[in-house]
Amino acid sequence: MSNQEPIHSFSSRILVLPEANIDTDQIIPARFLTTTTKVGLGKVAFNDWRYTADGSNKPHILNEIDPTEHRVLVGGNNFGCGSSREHAPWALMDYGFQAVISTEIADIFKSNCLKNGLLPVVVSKDVHDKLLANPQQRVTIDLQNNALTLEDGTVITFEVEAFARQCLLEGVDAMGWLLKRLPDIEKFEQSHGKAA
Amino acid sequence: MTAKSLFEKVWDAHVVEPEGADKPAVLYIDLHLVHEVTSPQAFSELDARGLKVRRPDRTFATLDHSIPTLRPDADGNRPYVTAQAKKQVETLEANAATHGLRLFGYDAENRGVVHVIGPEMGLTQPGYTVVCGDSHTSTHGAFGCIAFGIGTSEVGHVLATQCLAQRKPKTMRITVDGKLQPGVTGKDVALTVIATLGFSGGTGYALEYAGDVIRDLDMEGRMTVCNLSIEAGARCGMIAPDQKTIDWLRGRQYVPQGEAYDEAAKGWLALASDEGAVFDKEIRIDGSTIEPMATWGTSPDQGAAIVRGVPVADNEDQERALKYMGFTGGEAREVEKVDVVFIGSCTNGRMADLRAAAAIMKGRKVAPGVRALVVPGSEWVRLEAEKEGLHEIFLDAGAEWRLPGCSMCIAMNGDFVSPGQLAVSTSNRNFEGRQGPGSRTVLASPATAAASAVAGHVADPRQFMALEEA
Ligand code: SF4
Repeated sequence: MSNQEPIHSFSSRILVLPEANIDTDQIIPARFLTTTTKVGLGKVAFNDWRYTADGSNKPHILNEIDPTEHRVLVGGNNFGCGSSREHAPWALMDYGFQAVISTEIADIFKSNCLKNGLLPVVVSKDVHDKLLANPQQRVTIDLQNNALTLEDGTVITFEVEAFARQCLLEGVDAMGWLLKRLPDIEKFEQSHGKAA
Repeated sequence: MTAKSLFEKVWDAHVVEPEGADKPAVLYIDLHLVHEVTSPQAFSELDARGLKVRRPDRTFATLDHSIPTLRPDADGNRPYVTAQAKKQVETLEANAATHGLRLFGYDAENRGVVHVIGPEMGLTQPGYTVVCGDSHTSTHGAFGCIAFGIGTSEVGHVLATQCLAQRKPKTMRITVDGKLQPGVTGKDVALTVIATLGFSGGTGYALEYAGDVIRDLDMEGRMTVCNLSIEAGARCGMIAPDQKTIDWLRGRQYVPQGEAYDEAAKGWLALASDEGAVFDKEIRIDGSTIEPMATWGTSPDQGAAIVRGVPVADNEDQERALKYMGFTGGEAREVEKVDVVFIGSCTNGRMADLRAAAAIMKGRKVAPGVRALVVPGSEWVRLEAEKEGLHEIFLDAGAEWRLPGCSMCIAMNGDFVSPGQLAVSTSNRNFEGRQGPGSRTVLASPATAAASAVAGHVADPRQFMALEEA
C-alpha cells in the first residue's frame, strides 16, 4: 500500500499568488480543521481570500481559473510557514495543485507536502522573478531529473531530499519503510532501557 | 572525546539507524502527545492497515483545540461550535478507547492544552524526544528535550512504530546576555529573538537558547521562549536543564520519585552543551536592551518595543502588513484602540502568566468597550488560580474566566475576534485572520495584554507597575 501514485514529469500553466509569507492559516483557516477526513478540502483552500463572510465569491483569481489547467502554484517569498496542519497540502491538492514553487518553503509544510505527493520546489530569486514576470506561462517539472523548465527555455535543477524523492518516484511508502525496521526498533528499546 | 552540544547529545541517544546520503535517520520518540485535530486521519491510516498503536504507554491524548471553553448547560451538553467539532472530539475518544491510550478528557483532572499539561504532569522529561501534531511542540525544549511538531502522516508513523524518519538539522545557539530590565518578560525576549532572526531565519536549524537572561528566566518563561521558536522557522528550540529544571519537575506525577529522581537528575544535568561545542551558527543579543514588545504587523517577527511606536515600512511586505492592521508608520502605540484582549494559550496560559496579568488587573477595571478573555492553559492551572483568587481579580475587573483550551489562539472553537476588531493577545500568531476572519492581532506578554485591557489601547505595562511602587 502506498500513499500516492508515483510522480515523474508533468507540464502545466502556473498560477501566481505573489504575496510573501503565505502561511497555513491563509491556505486553510483553522475553523475548517474540525474535519476527520482528508477529502473535499479544496473548496476551502484560501477560503478567506475567495469568499465573503456570507459565502459568496470574492473577485479572486482562484475563483476564476480552471484548476485542471493550473497545477503549479507559484507563491511569493517564503511559503507555507505556520502550523503543522497537513490539511494545508490536502487542501491544495484537492483544489488541483501538484507542485508549489517559492524562494523558500517552510520545514513542516515541506515535509507534509512530500508525504502527500505535492512537490515543493525551491528556486532562486532570479528564477522566481521570471515566474512572477510571466504569470501566464507553462512550465515542466521533471522529478526524474530534478529539472524545472520555464517557458523561455530556462532549465534549472532543484533539490528534493533523496529519500522523499525516492518515495515520490517509486511510490515507496514511508510508513512501510519504517515498519520494516521494527525488529531494529525493538532491539534499540531493549538496549536503551525503553522496553514497555 | 569531541565536545557535543545539548542537541547532539539528545539526538545521538535516539538514533535507531543513522542517516545516509539516500536515507534519513530512524529517530526514536520517547513521548507522543495527541489531540483531536491532527490525529483522526492518522488513526484511520492505522485502521486501514490493520495496525495497532505500538506503544500506548508512550502516547497521551488530550482535548484542547476544538472544545468549548464555556461550561456545559444544566443537562451536561457542551456548547460546541459545530456538530463537526463534537464529532472530532468523539472520534478521539473512540480512537483512544480502541487503542488503549490514556486520554485526558473532560473527566480528567489534568485536561488542558497539550503543551501545558505535558510538563505539568512530568510527562516531559529532560533528554526526551517529544513530538505532537502541533507546531508549538517546541515548548517542551525548555526541559532539554528535542521537541518538534509533525504532520498527520508522521503522527501515524509514530503511532505505528514509535519512530520517525528524520534528517538531522543544523544547530544555532542564541545567547541572550545581561540582565532584563524590570517589567520585561520571557515573551518580550522571544519576540525580540524572532524580530532579530526574521520569519524564516531559523529554518533548518535546531535552536539552543543560552546566556544569563535565559538562566534567570523561570521555567514558565523558558517554555514561552522555546514555544515561539517555530515563529522564526525553527522546528525546535532547547534550553539545557539546570537546578531550576530539576526543582520544577520534582514530585510531578510521571517523573521518577525519591532516590530514583536524584539519580535521573544527575544524568539530566550532564546534558548541557560541552565547553567548546560547535554550532553551525551563533547569535548574541544584549538582554539589557530588551523592552516590552508588541507586534505591529501580520507575522510574529514584525514586532518592536512598545515605546518606540510603529515603525515606518521600508518594503512592500511591511506596507501590506501595516495596511491590514490599519496602523500608520511613526504613530505611537497608544493610539491603537483595543477591542479584545486574550490571555491564554500554550505560549502564555500558565500560572506565572496569569499571576502577571492579575497583578496589573488587580483593583482596576477593563476599559469600557473592551472584551477581555482569560483562559487557563489547563485544569490544574484553573484550580491553582482559583485557589489563589486570581479568577476573582479577573472577574472583578470585568474579564471573562473560562475553562481551559486553545480558545482564541486558533479560534476554531467558537471563541473568536470579529472582523476588523483589534486584539492584544498573549498567543503566538498574528497572521491575517488567525483569530477569526478579518481579525487584527497584536502579540504581547500577559502583563502588556492586561495593561492594554485596562488602558483600552496598546500600552506599556511598566506604567502600571510604576504606579504600584509609588
Ligand atoms: S494554544 Fe494555540 S498554539 Fe498552542 S496548541 Fe493550542 S492552538 Fe496550538
